[in-house]
Formats: sequence, structure tokens, C-alpha cells
Amino acid sequence: MIQRGSGLVADLGVKTAWDGLEALKIGAVTLAESAPQSLTTLAPFRGQEAALSKAMTVAHGLAFPPVQGSTTGKKSARSIWFGRDMALLIGPDPDASLAKYAALTDQSAGWAVVELAGLGAEDVLARLCPVDLRLAQFDIGASLRTELKHMMASICRLDKDRFQIMVFRSMARTLYHDLKTAMEAQAARR
Amino acid sequence: MRITCPLCGERDRREFNVKGAALDRPGEGADQDAWHSYVNLRQNPAGVLAELWYHEMGCGSWLTVTRNTVTHEVLKVELASETTLGGAA
Repeated sequence: MIQRGSGLVADLGVKTAWDGLEALKIGAVTLAESAPQSLTTLAPFRGQEAALSKAMTVAHGLAFPPVQGSTTGKKSARSIWFGRDMALLIGPDPDASLAKYAALTDQSAGWAVVELAGLGAEDVLARLCPVDLRLAQFDIGASLRTELKHMMASICRLDKDRFQIMVFRSMARTLYHDLKTAMEAQAARR
Repeated sequence: MRITCPLCGERDRREFNVKGAALDRPGEGADQDAWHSYVNLRQNPAGVLAELWYHEMGCGSWLTVTRNTVTHEVLKVELASETTLGGAA
């Protein structure tokens, strides 16, 4: 029990989607959960994208991400393109000023967020996604929505050999299984 | 079959979901024949056909895809919101 205001309430710790699944290292590729962060979708009202981008820059130091891109700001705040007319703010809780220009929806803990890293991570994803995720086509900072083994996924390249993969929370274990299978198959081919 | 989404670029057909023919929705106060035609009657042409597709696994846009049902060639892809479909006043 913890003190909340004048009363005692149950201490409900955040249980991430990945809870109970261990990090993997198969061949040169690793898979681990990202540290849980606040996630908020920003859906700009019609014609308000520029104004929202300005408010985001003032509040969090980052602009609204371009299509299939991402932006970074103050205090490790990031925003990634998350579909048509939508961005996902990762890190800080959204500043109240943004609500004037966009619908803000808290998605924290609603998504399984993992990182796939290491030489060959591209080849693992090539087994699962019907898009070209090689560096020449999918640069550092690029972010797209695609299918990952029949799951609606968001994929962002964080670094040369490091990807952030997101699927709905309920699909975390399926994602784990599919990535593990692909990692094993990829490692066997090297 | 691959569809070039105006936002996402060329993507595999499995990312999309087809709704059916892209038709002009009758305006307010249209007569029953117009609605009957809109709801029930389809041309099913062997040739060029405009359809609505949903980019379900991608950006979530509704697209108007014009394709040839004989050759499977995709002729044009536009955001459905930018076409004049439906709701004619």
C-alpha cells in the first residue's frame, strides 16, 4: 500500500507487455524490451499540423515528424510518424499546450516496445516484413507502419543495426515467438 | 499485386484490405432508385475499375485504386479523401 493524497491505495506497479519474457541473444542479434516510457499519440486537428509542430517545438524541443520519419528533442523526447496524420510522442508526458491543436491519447503500456539489435537484425526483419528495411531504403531515424507476421507493427531504425519494434500489447508473446524463430533461422544461415 | 500508397510508397497487397467499387454516394434527398443502385448494383467490368482499398497494416488511409481487372495493372492510386467521392450536396 502507498500513500496517495489522504488515503492508502494499492501500489500498482507497471507490468509491461514483455513481462516474464527474457532478453535473447541468438547469433549476433539481440532482442530486449525497451525501458517503459510514456507513449502518447498526437492526432492534429484538421489544418493544425503546423501549429502543433510549433507547440511541440516550444514544449518538447521537437517538430511533428515527417511522413515515415521521426524527430528528437529535449530530455530524450522522441516523436515518430505513426500513420496518417498521426505521431507518437515517446518519453515525456505531453505538454497541456498541445491539446489545443491535436487529440492526445495516452498509449503508455498499450504497446509492446522492443529493440532488435546487432549485425543481421535487418535480415531477421526481412523474414517477417514485406518492406525493404535495408539501410539504403530505410535510414537511421526512419519510422514506418507495416505488417510483421500478420501483426500491425511500427518499426523505427534507431541506429545502423538497431530497430525499435512496436506491436499491440496483447500480441507481445506472438511477437516474441516470431522474432525468436526468425532470429534462430537467420543465425543458422550465417 | 502491389499498391503504391501515396504516403507509404509501394507496398505488398497483404497490407491492404479491399472494400469494393468506389462509387459516388447519392446526395441528400436522392430518390430510392439512386440508393438502390448505390447499395446493390455493380458493373463488375472486365477492364478498368475504381475500388476503395484500406491501408490497414500501414498508414490507415482509404485509397481509391484504379486497376485493370484483366491485366491486373494498377493504373492510379489516390487518397480517397482527395477524390470527390460521396456526399454530393
